[in-house]
Amino acid sequence: MSFYLVQFLSGLATAATLFLVSSGLTIVFGVTRIVNFAHGSFYMLGAYIGWSLIERWGTTPMGFWGGVALASLAVGLLGALMEVGLLRRLYRSPELFQLLATFGVVLIVQDVASAAWGAEDLLGRRAPGLKGSVDILDQPFPLYDLVLIGLGPVVLGLLWLLFNRTRWGTLVRAATQDREMASALGVDPARLFTGVLFLGSALAGLGGALQVPREAVTLHMDMAIVVEAFVVVVVGGMGSLTGAFVASLLIGQLQAFGILIFPQITLVLVFLFMAVVLVLRPYGLLGRAEDAPPTAASTGPPLVLASGLGRWAPALLLAALALVPLVAGDYTLIVLTEVIILALVAASLHLLIGLGGLVSFGHAAYFGLGAYGAALAVKHLAAPMPLALAAAPLLAGAGALLAGWFCVRRSGLYFAMLTLAFAQIAWSVVFQWYGVTGGDNGILGVWPPGWASGKAAYYWLTLALAGGTLLLLRRAAFAPFGYTLRAGRDSALRAEAVGIDVRRHQWLAFALAGASAGLAGGLYAFSKGSVFPTLMAVPVSVDALVMVLMGGIQTLSGPVVGAAVFHLLETQAMSLTDWWRLGLGLVIVLLVLVFPKGIAGFARDLWLRRVDR
Amino acid sequence: MSLLVVENLQRAFGGVKAVRGVSFALAAGEVLALIGPNGAGKSTCFNLLNGQLRPDAGTVRLDGVDLVGLPPRRIWRLGVGRTFQITATFASMTVAENVQMVFLSRAHRLLGLWTPAAGAFRDEALALLDRVGMAAQADRPCGVLAYGDLKRVELAMALAGDPKILLMDEPTAGMAPGERQDLMALTSSLVRERGLAVLFTEHDMDVVFGHATRIIVLDRGQLIAEGPPDAVRADPRVQAVYLGSPA
Repeated sequence: MSFYLVQFLSGLATAATLFLVSSGLTIVFGVTRIVNFAHGSFYMLGAYIGWSLIERWGTTPMGFWGGVALASLAVGLLGALMEVGLLRRLYRSPELFQLLATFGVVLIVQDVASAAWGAEDLLGRRAPGLKGSVDILDQPFPLYDLVLIGLGPVVLGLLWLLFNRTRWGTLVRAATQDREMASALGVDPARLFTGVLFLGSALAGLGGALQVPREAVTLHMDMAIVVEAFVVVVVGGMGSLTGAFVASLLIGQLQAFGILIFPQITLVLVFLFMAVVLVLRPYGLLGRAEDAPPTAASTGPPLVLASGLGRWAPALLLAALALVPLVAGDYTLIVLTEVIILALVAASLHLLIGLGGLVSFGHAAYFGLGAYGAALAVKHLAAPMPLALAAAPLLAGAGALLAGWFCVRRSGLYFAMLTLAFAQIAWSVVFQWYGVTGGDNGILGVWPPGWASGKAAYYWLTLALAGGTLLLLRRAAFAPFGYTLRAGRDSALRAEAVGIDVRRHQWLAFALAGASAGLAGGLYAFSKGSVFPTLMAVPVSVDALVMVLMGGIQTLSGPVVGAAVFHLLETQAMSLTDWWRLGLGLVIVLLVLVFPKGIAGFARDLWLRRVDR
Repeated sequence: MSLLVVENLQRAFGGVKAVRGVSFALAAGEVLALIGPNGAGKSTCFNLLNGQLRPDAGTVRLDGVDLVGLPPRRIWRLGVGRTFQITATFASMTVAENVQMVFLSRAHRLLGLWTPAAGAFRDEALALLDRVGMAAQADRPCGVLAYGDLKRVELAMALAGDPKILLMDEPTAGMAPGERQDLMALTSSLVRERGLAVLFTEHDMDVVFGHATRIIVLDRGQLIAEGPPDAVRADPRVQAVYLGSPA
């Protein structure tokens, strides 16, 4: 009995931290309608800054708590800075751009933190006066955790007072309900939003600084917490403070007791919970129905099948690429093989985003499932390569059919969050199912047989399979399948009124995109000889999004161009500098702010302007 | 013989009874206007008929087939076309492609992955666009059209479904007076050519009394009058609803 009580209490302590972080996220979302990926980075910065201050002054209670408060304030200021410098320019942008821009900040903070505090994990000082534990029914329980448990409701109470008893809080609530109306009432939204970002980020920083005595400060804290905070906010209802509190409590307990009942799938449990909640209660436990947010390409110019030479351009490009091994060396062929594989990943994602208006934040799942499909077939079934390569799109397609069934039930941000959740589920399964997947160690020895082991031979194989699939995706975009997908994006109301089952069509497109990405994953596995869970991680999904965005959403050639440029930049930058994440982050921010149409879109505009003249 | 038979249709939103026991019938060749003051329940009625809303009670039968509970796309396949109060078209496609989409849907050819869609049913689409006076703009993107032209595109899209019944929610809203008469004259001639039945709502009384063959009047969710235009015009209850009554 006492054991369960202690387990329950540690669940409450987890919940307190979760609530601190997710309350900030939900407040920021409620007012700005931006899902702030960088929120986890603020949490991490809070922990690092808190660690430094506590190292210096943390010997006395005054110094310790003063350091925590100061860290929180410093992070709040950084959040306000981000609002003024970046978010303010994005309030009217499609959500894809907002998500990507804040992810750019994540990358920048990663490198800055690594430069300032180093890559080693940092162990912090324990809180003075709270180092011991108390006995609860003869079980020891850390005193500090008890303080945290108390802190959760206190912060909720303070926030409640702030939002219900102060003029500023009332204005924020008004802006949350109706932004246009609030600005019509003479509220300066710019200052209000800056204040909200300060508050939200300070809460994240507080949550981070409070972790210093409990766990090591690492460079991985940001993604781990932000994904959990997403889950809390989505489960609680986006923008709802009380919802975030309730969801934090539920998820804290789910983690505390889940580990007793299903030790193997603790990570999956949380995301499964979120998926179930979203299917049963579309807007979360306490959320209200939002106006459907606009999607990345809610309208675009008509797609026109190029005439004359342009029509043959893709075939000519393929033919030219087929000749490359006659003149190029092994290194060039390796890089080009990767570019072709990534182009297929980007093009399959573009099918969803560019044609369907469905912004998937978890496309890496299907790339990874394909890679694992091939690797598992080799490892457990001793399958020859052709069979393993067939298993790749099959496993990925099956995974996409399963996940897609849930995801297409929601649109906009909820779709993005659901795809992210399913990608995390896939990642957790691969990461934790040690006996089958080898967990963190991955699967090694996935090499092509003799006839395909030469760089040129494997390049040709990749070109034939991935290039062929790219052509198929291109045909599909101009065929009724692609048109129907666009019809559902342009006007779901009209589409349903002329006999189109929009949801089913989006589901099929999700499966097609997943299977295509899966084939790319299978080809990638054999090109590298190994697979690891990181193939399915969030950064890979974001890389794919950056490729699509870099190339341009509204052109079919965009993703291919984007994949090529992205991969060349990445391989070049990584060999030249240790700061490639910083560089990538800056590139993302620049793209979103200055070149929202991407390279291919930008080039097409230039071309059209010249033709018009 | 009635095509569409509506009996005792009811729908409430929370405590507000938007539609309270509406019954009427519609036969081929008729142009039936559904009128009433703002908030009378006209749009709710429409959304109940084409499946966007589910009625709390009542039946809707098309040729004897019960439509209640079917999604809009199934009701469309059974022969009910629709235009919207606020036009809904595929903005990223050309005018012709919008109409071609409907033909592709009718032919169950939406899953094709290979043959380009641009050539499919193009002649049929152009013929319909010619009929509604939009042939000259067939290759312009729908996203840049004037509002009145969008209404015509919607009409062509509805016709491409080869409907037995056309539901038109404020078909002339946002159009210039001359355009309004043209569009309704076109609708009336299409009814004669194709043996259609039309049910439309409209605020412009010139359009209603100029083109409807029969009128039903809705007030606070209930039908208060029904009959040919002249009889409805003379009905004191209708005058009371529109002009306000001292009682």
